[in-house]
Amino acid sequence: MAASHQVSGVRSERLSAQEIAENFADLHAPFDAHEAAVAADRCYFCFDAPCMTACPTSIDIPQFIREIQGAHAESAAKTILEQNILGGMCARVCPTETLCEEVCVREVAEGKPVEIGRLQRYATDMLMERDVHPFTRAAATGKRVAVVGAGPAGLAAAHRLAMHGHEVTVYEAKAKAGGLNEFGIAAYKSTNDFAAREVEWLLQIGGITIEYGRGLGIGLTLEGLQSDFDAVFLSVGLQGVNALRADGEDKDGVRDAVDFIAELRQAEDLTALPVGRNVVVIGGGMTAVDAAVQSKLLGAENVTIAYRRGRDAMGASRFEQDLAASKGVKLMFNVMPKAIHGNGSAVEIELEYTDVVDGRVTGTGETVRLAADQVMKAIGQTLEGQPETLELEGRKIKVSETGRTSVSGVWAGGDCASGGDDLTVTAVAEGRDAAEDIHASLMG
Amino acid sequence: MADLTTEFLGIKSPNPFWLASAPPTDKEYNVRRAFEAGWGGVVWKTLGAEGPPVVNVNGPRYGAIWGADRRLLGLNNIELITDRPLDVNLEEMTRVKKDYPDRALIASIMVPCEEAAWKAILPRVAETGCDGIELNFGCPHGMAERGMGSAVGQVPEYIQMVTEWCKQYYDKPVIVKLTPNITDIRHPARAAKAGNADAVSLINTINSITSVNLDAMSPEPMIGGKGTHGGYCGPAVKPIAMNMVAEIARDPQTAGLPISAIGGVTTWRDAAEFIALGAGNVQVCTAAMTYGFKVVEEMISGLSDWMDQKGYSSIEDFRGMAVPNVTDWQYLDLNYVTKAKISQDDCIKCGRCFAACEDTSHQAIAMSADRTFTVKDDECVACNLCVNVCPVEGCITMEEVAAGAVDERTGKVVSGEYGNWTQHPNNPAATAAE
Repeated sequence: MAASHQVSGVRSERLSAQEIAENFADLHAPFDAHEAAVAADRCYFCFDAPCMTACPTSIDIPQFIREIQGAHAESAAKTILEQNILGGMCARVCPTETLCEEVCVREVAEGKPVEIGRLQRYATDMLMERDVHPFTRAAATGKRVAVVGAGPAGLAAAHRLAMHGHEVTVYEAKAKAGGLNEFGIAAYKSTNDFAAREVEWLLQIGGITIEYGRGLGIGLTLEGLQSDFDAVFLSVGLQGVNALRADGEDKDGVRDAVDFIAELRQAEDLTALPVGRNVVVIGGGMTAVDAAVQSKLLGAENVTIAYRRGRDAMGASRFEQDLAASKGVKLMFNVMPKAIHGNGSAVEIELEYTDVVDGRVTGTGETVRLAADQVMKAIGQTLEGQPETLELEGRKIKVSETGRTSVSGVWAGGDCASGGDDLTVTAVAEGRDAAEDIHASLMG
Repeated sequence: MADLTTEFLGIKSPNPFWLASAPPTDKEYNVRRAFEAGWGGVVWKTLGAEGPPVVNVNGPRYGAIWGADRRLLGLNNIELITDRPLDVNLEEMTRVKKDYPDRALIASIMVPCEEAAWKAILPRVAETGCDGIELNFGCPHGMAERGMGSAVGQVPEYIQMVTEWCKQYYDKPVIVKLTPNITDIRHPARAAKAGNADAVSLINTINSITSVNLDAMSPEPMIGGKGTHGGYCGPAVKPIAMNMVAEIARDPQTAGLPISAIGGVTTWRDAAEFIALGAGNVQVCTAAMTYGFKVVEEMISGLSDWMDQKGYSSIEDFRGMAVPNVTDWQYLDLNYVTKAKISQDDCIKCGRCFAACEDTSHQAIAMSADRTFTVKDDECVACNLCVNVCPVEGCITMEEVAAGAVDERTGKVVSGEYGNWTQHPNNPAATAAE
């Protein structure tokens, strides 16, 4: 009998439960108190610190690290959470290597930044382990705000609004809150059901009700919400998935990477999750890396990321690229899918080499075939089903700096809205800032 | 290779690194290990008078402060003198000295401030064959409450009196160990010299409370909910010790009095600095207690390498060379003008110099929108704070303004001529330079 990873086709139980458990353990082990003290000691407490400027939520990083140095991690956590209520998750998933840690003066000086992300996790974990919620609500305002979508932007907005004394109803189409934190991030970045625990902890502020199975087009209209609430915040994310536009896209074994990741995140038993022997992931962003790495960790024999541009254009950071490579994922650049071959099920993918001329990708005509019994599409998501009254900017809801849409009384933030990168931390900042603007406009 | 052999008071040792009288030298087993590890000499843990030995607490004896990675920066102790019988210590010393004739062995002694007590113990110590004695007038805890240790060291008359007794009843070198818990170290040193001491050794430990347990509301180390002040030592005390050594070395009344320097010696460099300030050798304790006896190897190799680089063939070649350059503030050259200069190539843009200068000094550093930090020569008083807070060694330097150039802060031409406060027009007591 062939070793389990050598069996072709999309199948489960490629690895033992123990191997799976090891593979999906915490990507970065949490600091213990001494490690945190040593890591914190490396911070220079810079004046007008570059790290703080680079953080989309403007966390006072030198301050929280100094609080860790002073051995009061819970104060550090509060410093973080005041700016970023999902600071626990951001500590796990932020691409710190392209944000705070990239501009850390010690990264510049010696190529080894202060480990801000892990310190942030240390502080927030300490507080959450004690199940302390450090914020309290202001006196009730009598105002009611609807939040559509319980992802990072929606949760951040809801928390800030509740803190200001407003009553918040969050509508979530899925059966669970958390958005991409719950359904979209690699499992090894959110171990022990962290996303769900964080939502539970966040809701301790009070004044937030979540109604599941409801969203725009699922029992709700924007007009209805506008008449029932004093303000509306839309954080619906991106529901559509871009098509591959390659022959054979409809064959068995071809699927969206986001669905694979969501299924993986919700799986009770990862050994039961089927994965191909030869997996090819099309795309160059974080979703592509998350799908590819996790395929490998599930026991796929060969996993390739095929990206149509060069390495430098890749959306995934160099850290993520190296992570993929270290897990045995092969990175191919300047190739685009031409066709998927196979009799009913995918067997091979045909890739065409590309040139990028003046920013445009064109095929060179030369092709290569890779064994591929599973092909995952990770070539971006799109806004879908948005109310027609909302003006768009590009393919997203057009918003102001503070999240105001073209429709009065309606704000939007997170991946569905224009401006900013599609990052958890950006979504949190947008949700928080929109909430402040809603508060100002309701109380003004 | 440089010759590290020292002859301190005629006592030869293969290197200037002695272990100070302390827990590491309390018994034969430890001292043999120390000599095997390469230590040049040992001052045996302080002996008390004949009779029932002292007792120590049975709770913790040490307290400490640490850096973030638990690097021990300062240690405090409330241990007393040896708590083993006098006979046992003397027998062990005799055996050890016989087996290690090339190493220095000094007996530290603390007995009551009575002539009879000293007269009784000194002949017995002499019988061991040890090379000299050190009078423990320094321990600030426990024994001081009984009129010994620093209680003697704080009264110059007692120092002189006891030293005289020792010189009368003992014919080998007498070293007087001084306490730093006084206001002016020169007075006890002068007293030791007046009593015909052959040398002084310093510093003993500094009165200290290392930390307070905020739950028990008690000093640490805590014994049953209470604490007491202990003697502080280790790297943190070295600057205090160096000043005291230098004060004695440059005091006209004690100049030339041999000094065995003690206080935070951790690496070769610390020893070289003490020797440059006039010390004939150094005594070490905390470094050995922190890392074990092996630390002497780095001290030996480092000092030797440095001496080779500098072309010094023996300790005497550079001993005391820094003493003439230790002066009083009033003699510093007020016409020596420097300005801080930031190397943009080395700057990592942390902005600590800016914060320090802007908030706490002279607003002499400018910060641009792109985080370029530059010194404003017209504001810089050359205080050196930016240099000290900069995390990059050598990034900020103090550059001398050449004679003839204008100091942009004062608008005056730098004269290049020496001029100090005693000659300065703002000094009401100034004497015109001839």
